[in-house]
Amino acid sequence: MNIMSEAAVEKALDQKMNTVPFKMIGKDVSVYYGEKRALFDVNLNIRENTVTALIGPSGCGKSTFLRTLNRMNDTIENCRVTGKITLDEDDIYDPTIDVVELRARVGMVFQKPNPFPKSIYDNVAYGPRIHGLARTKADFDEVVETSLQKAGLWNEVKDRLQEPGTGLSGGQQQRLCIARAVAVSPEVILMDEPCSALDPIATAKVEELIHELRTNFTIVIVTHSMQQAARVSQRTAMFHLGNLVEENDTDKMFTNPDDQRTQDYIMGRFG
Amino acid sequence: MTDIASPTVRISARPESAKRDIGIKRRYAAERRFRAYGIAAISTGLFFLALLLWTVISNGYTAFQQTTITLPIEFTEKVIDPNGERTTDSKVLMTANYPLLVRDALVKQLGIDATKRPLVKQATDMVSASSRTLLRDMVVADPSIVGKTIPVTLLAEANIDSANKGQIDLKVEESKRKVKDQQVTWMNELASAGVLKKSFNTGIFTFGASSRPEAAGVGVAALGSFYMMLIVLVLSLPIGVAASIYLEEFAPKNRLTDLIEVNINNLAAVPSIVYGLLGLAVFINFAGMPRSAAVVGGFVLTLMTLPTIIIATRAALKAVPPSIRSAALGLGASKMQTIFHHVLPLAMPGILTGTIIGLAHALGETAPLLLIGMVAFVVDYPGSPMEPSTALPVQIYMWANEAERAFVERTSGAIIILLIFLVVMNLGAILLRRRFERRW
Ligand SMILES: Nc1ncnc2c1ncn2[C@@H]1O[C@H](COP(=O)(O)OP(=O)(O)O)[C@@H](O)[C@H]1O
Ligand SMILES: [Mg+2]
Repeated sequence: MNIMSEAAVEKALDQKMNTVPFKMIGKDVSVYYGEKRALFDVNLNIRENTVTALIGPSGCGKSTFLRTLNRMNDTIENCRVTGKITLDEDDIYDPTIDVVELRARVGMVFQKPNPFPKSIYDNVAYGPRIHGLARTKADFDEVVETSLQKAGLWNEVKDRLQEPGTGLSGGQQQRLCIARAVAVSPEVILMDEPCSALDPIATAKVEELIHELRTNFTIVIVTHSMQQAARVSQRTAMFHLGNLVEENDTDKMFTNPDDQRTQDYIMGRFG
Repeated sequence: MTDIASPTVRISARPESAKRDIGIKRRYAAERRFRAYGIAAISTGLFFLALLLWTVISNGYTAFQQTTITLPIEFTEKVIDPNGERTTDSKVLMTANYPLLVRDALVKQLGIDATKRPLVKQATDMVSASSRTLLRDMVVADPSIVGKTIPVTLLAEANIDSANKGQIDLKVEESKRKVKDQQVTWMNELASAGVLKKSFNTGIFTFGASSRPEAAGVGVAALGSFYMMLIVLVLSLPIGVAASIYLEEFAPKNRLTDLIEVNINNLAAVPSIVYGLLGLAVFINFAGMPRSAAVVGGFVLTLMTLPTIIIATRAALKAVPPSIRSAALGLGASKMQTIFHHVLPLAMPGILTGTIIGLAHALGETAPLLLIGMVAFVVDYPGSPMEPSTALPVQIYMWANEAERAFVERTSGAIIILLIFLVVMNLGAILLRRRFERRW
């Protein structure tokens, strides 16, 4: 890809953030764990080809909101979601929607790197295999290589694709998980504190990667690090006690937030 | 946080640390004491294990030797087929007077006067009565040997065998022991001639039940046990694993599943004889299945093994890290795919361990088999699990009730065989577990 055009795209995106179309729209989203309510009528829209950071003190519902976007909450017993979330106009909580297909479109990377205890190759090939995205050995080889390349891991592992993914370093494992998510060509990638278990150098690599992935994917990232949100995202949403406090351009959020609570949190006054 | 900065805390820390020193000493002493308890416990266990093995092996190793007498047997046509009817009447060869051939050979070998009946009787008593079947089978298998003289290795009678192994006290008055002085003389004579010798006892592995110890073996019982293990494995592994997967992964958590869980745990503790009663009532009396058949034994042992396998499998499934499930689900794998592609392979070592422990338990189980009539005198190999058979532990139980010296050693011999089976199964479990674990 041409560096100039990429930079140009980025600039255009940054300048016209408010005109970028919405990829996902969350309307009056509330989540209950049994009797306990974890989210209160959140209205948050996710813009296309944008990195949206979710910040806020721990326990404020960032992960909960993130999980509503690919219905991972379905796997939690007693968890109930109300409101409406759309992905390109499709209501993802519509009974006719197949979660398998939804999760192929909205991939996820977890806090702790969780590669399968299989080879690096099989880790990446697993998604395409179950979704029937590749048929022949050559297809698989190609999707594995391009995914690992997109995750910036190819050069480090190309000679040991048959070795276990669990034998990589923490940062490499997390990038392998990103490659695994990328391999099914999702439209949106959700990341729940993807760097919290990594050292600063590995973190820098993953952040760089997020930056690159933005041109092809819509990314939502939960982070507890203000600096990280500032570095990687264009939009930032601040949660507090299950409420969405403020959602704004990242630059504005960190320089001149509209809400007092955001300012307090960013200044480190609570959290 | 603010406490650390407070100076008062720092000052008061000194006397406290002096107190703490005493605490550390006590803690170390407690730890040493605990380690000593542990070592004592393990030593006790090892001591009793060694005692058990030593008793069994020292009593049983002689069972793997058997005294044999090799005699040139003349397959006289006059004795076997006096009227020359063997080509037309197949019964002739079956019913011929084979012991006479043995008697003639012995009389010739020992140089006894054939007219002295009591002496001849003493001589023929030295050879196992099972020789009749042996010679008959030889002739039936190959009728052309009639008329020829062939050296045949016959089993010595059990008391001669015991005497030859030095297990009978010859200082006891002759009338009070089963081996007579004349027989001992002949025994030594034959031994020095190389006719009578000890050899490896293959019979204990191949023979069925017999009232004559030298012709008794665990072969039939082992086949019965094998059938049962096969049935237990084929039924309880899939049923147990399917039940565990359903309970662990799919079933809603409610009163009913709680009740089922409690019941499964309780079933694992139900005495095995109760399962025997259940099998008797359900499989034999109600379903009309054959008595003392391996199939019923297999079903009963399956019921007994299921709770063990279910508990082990559920524990293994629970131990699979949730992050692996999330990873698969997050990629869009269905619940089934998640379980069969990721969870089950990781749980496999635990499932296999549980299964083999369950199987080993079932292999050694005796009580329920007694109730379903598997404590039978079965001479012939069962052709299928529907036919009467016994099981290894039941065979041991039956032999243990016999008084003869030769059965005493065979009881221990059979225990050794059972233990070897168990060790092999456990080794198999370890190897399988290694294989599955080594994959990553
Ligand atoms: N599986 C769950 N069951 C019950 N309550 C949960 C569960 N997950 C999260 N919660 C509750 O929901 C609230 C939000 O949690 P979470 O979304 O994990 O916060 P964050 O990611 O912002 O730290 C917390 O109060 C937490 O206790
Ligand atoms: Mg969280």
